[in-house]
Amino acid sequence: MGDAEIIPIGTRGRPGRGTGKQPSSAARNLAGGKGPAARPATRRTPDTDEAQPTDVAVDRAEDTAVDRAETSGVQDAPAASSGAPTAGDTSAQQPDPARPAARTRERHARGGIPAADLMAAFQVAAREVFGEEWEVQLARFLAFLRRRVTGDYSVDEYGFDQEISQRFFMAALRPIADKWFRIEVRGVENIPSEGGALVVSNHSGTVPVDGLMTMVSIHDHAGRFLRPLGADLVFKMPIVSTMARKGGATLACNEDAERMLRGGELVGVWPEGFKGIGKPYSERYKLQRFGRGGFVSAAIRTGVPIVPLSVVGAEEIYPLVGNIPSLARLLGVPYIPITPTFPLLGPLGLVPLPSKWLLEFGEPIRTDEYDEGAADDPMHVFNVTDQVRETIQQTLYTLLMERESVFR
Amino acid sequence: MGKVVLVTGVSRDLGRKFARTLAADPDVDRVIGVDVVPPRGDIGAVSFVRADIRNPVIAKVIAKEDVDTVVHMSVIATPGTAGGRNTMKELNVIGTMQLLAACQRSASLQHLVVKSTTTVYGASSRDPAMFTEDMQPRRAPRSGYAKDVAEIEGYVRGFARRRPDVRVTTLRCANVLGPDVVSPLTSYLRLPVVPTVLGYDARLQVLHERDLYRVLQHAVGHEVAGTFNIAGDGILMLSQALRRLQRPTVSMPGFAVGRVGNLLRQARVADFSPEQLGFLTYGRGVDTTRMRAELGFEPTMTTAECFADFATTLTPTGGRTERVLATLAQALPEVEGDPAAPLSGAPDASPATRRPRAVAAAREGADHG
Repeated sequence: MGDAEIIPIGTRGRPGRGTGKQPSSAARNLAGGKGPAARPATRRTPDTDEAQPTDVAVDRAEDTAVDRAETSGVQDAPAASSGAPTAGDTSAQQPDPARPAARTRERHARGGIPAADLMAAFQVAAREVFGEEWEVQLARFLAFLRRRVTGDYSVDEYGFDQEISQRFFMAALRPIADKWFRIEVRGVENIPSEGGALVVSNHSGTVPVDGLMTMVSIHDHAGRFLRPLGADLVFKMPIVSTMARKGGATLACNEDAERMLRGGELVGVWPEGFKGIGKPYSERYKLQRFGRGGFVSAAIRTGVPIVPLSVVGAEEIYPLVGNIPSLARLLGVPYIPITPTFPLLGPLGLVPLPSKWLLEFGEPIRTDEYDEGAADDPMHVFNVTDQVRETIQQTLYTLLMERESVFR
Repeated sequence: MGKVVLVTGVSRDLGRKFARTLAADPDVDRVIGVDVVPPRGDIGAVSFVRADIRNPVIAKVIAKEDVDTVVHMSVIATPGTAGGRNTMKELNVIGTMQLLAACQRSASLQHLVVKSTTTVYGASSRDPAMFTEDMQPRRAPRSGYAKDVAEIEGYVRGFARRRPDVRVTTLRCANVLGPDVVSPLTSYLRLPVVPTVLGYDARLQVLHERDLYRVLQHAVGHEVAGTFNIAGDGILMLSQALRRLQRPTVSMPGFAVGRVGNLLRQARVADFSPEQLGFLTYGRGVDTTRMRAELGFEPTMTTAECFADFATTLTPTGGRTERVLATLAQALPEVEGDPAAPLSGAPDASPATRRPRAVAAAREGADHG
């Protein structure tokens, strides 16, 4: 073995590839450049005395060096690899003379790919995403982005941002309405195409998803924006309050309701409020008390029609089976829901069950025929409130009869 | 014979400039400016009387000069250089009481104009979208500027009852904005990085400085009594306004914003008032129907234009994203109109607030500045 010619493989235990301190011997041999060649020459002089031992010693040194490098890390390697340069040189002295020395070239991040190819790839990708008219589409999108960034859009006095609700909120809610809940809308013709009107709906579902779904359904089917009236709590909560204002909601108070109705908006109210959405699953589709009838007096004062809306399907999205009243009181919210999935499955429990929804808009109840003082006559207001409530309740029963099952 | 007008609070910029504008009015004979400290700028034809409205000297001034119109403008929002909260309260409330007492004695007085503020409505999550003059704040203010103003308005109403022959005009002006105005709101907007309340976006409605002078002059010149909300048209969200001013923002919880505000006030960087936090969280809008119908006044600038004008003197500290997008947009073809934006039959969201040209002009001006 002593006379065997040693053809070294690898870096022979010395720090080779990857330490970055100096190029490996293999790299040095390949490059054959001037710069690195100078250094081994100076380094070799002290090394030669120690490198005198026979090849056996070199071989042993190699073995131990590999072992040590594996066990104790790289630190020991320089000391152990003292004999290496000789071996490296022997191999370097017998290269294939026909083979020219390989040279490396400086490379950039984009090196090798011409700009034209990149451009072509980008164009193909843009055509894939935006279709044939991709330049126009992209320019349009960019214009939209610029409008948002420079603040060059308009909001109305309630903070309603039409552009963002149409492009963002509606676009995000539409697939949920169409694909997840498969909403079926009936009686759209009962929504006046212009002028003020008050949509009164039942409220259910633990989380007011029905309000959002009503908004997107009315937008898609009747081409109008529904302006919901929200509870105090909505405007007290951070983030939710901003989204609500941007989406067109305002506080459920008489001043705002009348102002919006006078301004010719389509206003939505859920008079059951938290009593409605927070009721247990066992009481599903039983309408709760309709507040104090404030919405009726607002409609009578402004003379706008009341459109009753019955929503079937929202009760089953989060079946409320329990409540934690003490924690709710602590957090200042009306209830902490417990559903068959909610705290149990964690965030997965927040996914609503895919029930089948039916939305039916009833015949509008006219209020412009009543005389002046009708809005201040409590008996009259209660009568109209009851009429609206009964209409919604009856429609709910009819729709429930029609529905094959909860999910179909 | 023209009017003789007494203006209080001329040492501060708004009072001084208004007194000067008024002195140039041909219908006004004389303008007498009153304040504790002399005004720092040019007061033109205004004769300045150094008098503290907190003591009865003011009655002598009114009697001697035969004043027939008093414009009360010395209600201050922050103590500023005057001292602490006690000094501010004394100046505001006791000063107004003394002034009204002097007015009550005066036989020549015919008209009292009080510059009040929409801060009396407060700012909370339970506010209606737009306050009309008949509405009360949802929660009575318990401290600070808002409480002072509420008390002052109470005294003014009492004065109106006792002297029914004097026309009393109370102008509840929205926050005043202008290139030179120094107020809690403007110093907040001038911060290089603006702290905002996380998760809330306030609705802002402002009045331009020039419109303030115009409305006060209008009130002096016209015989209309009553209380009026004065503000520019349209609403801008705080985030939107800051984008238009090209200010970078940093969102933090409400209490942190309050703390930062206090720090800034102590460091005298910005004049941050505690009731401003509510305003910056929930914002406030006021209904100006009565201003148009009864007072017959039309502001020249909308809220959006006020901000555009304010931006002209402001060096933008942000707007990097916008510049990147602008560069990108140059490489793409021009788009005429946006077909995706308008929806058939959709209600048009108040076109008055949409002023792209004003914003463009503002940006240009800001670049030059």
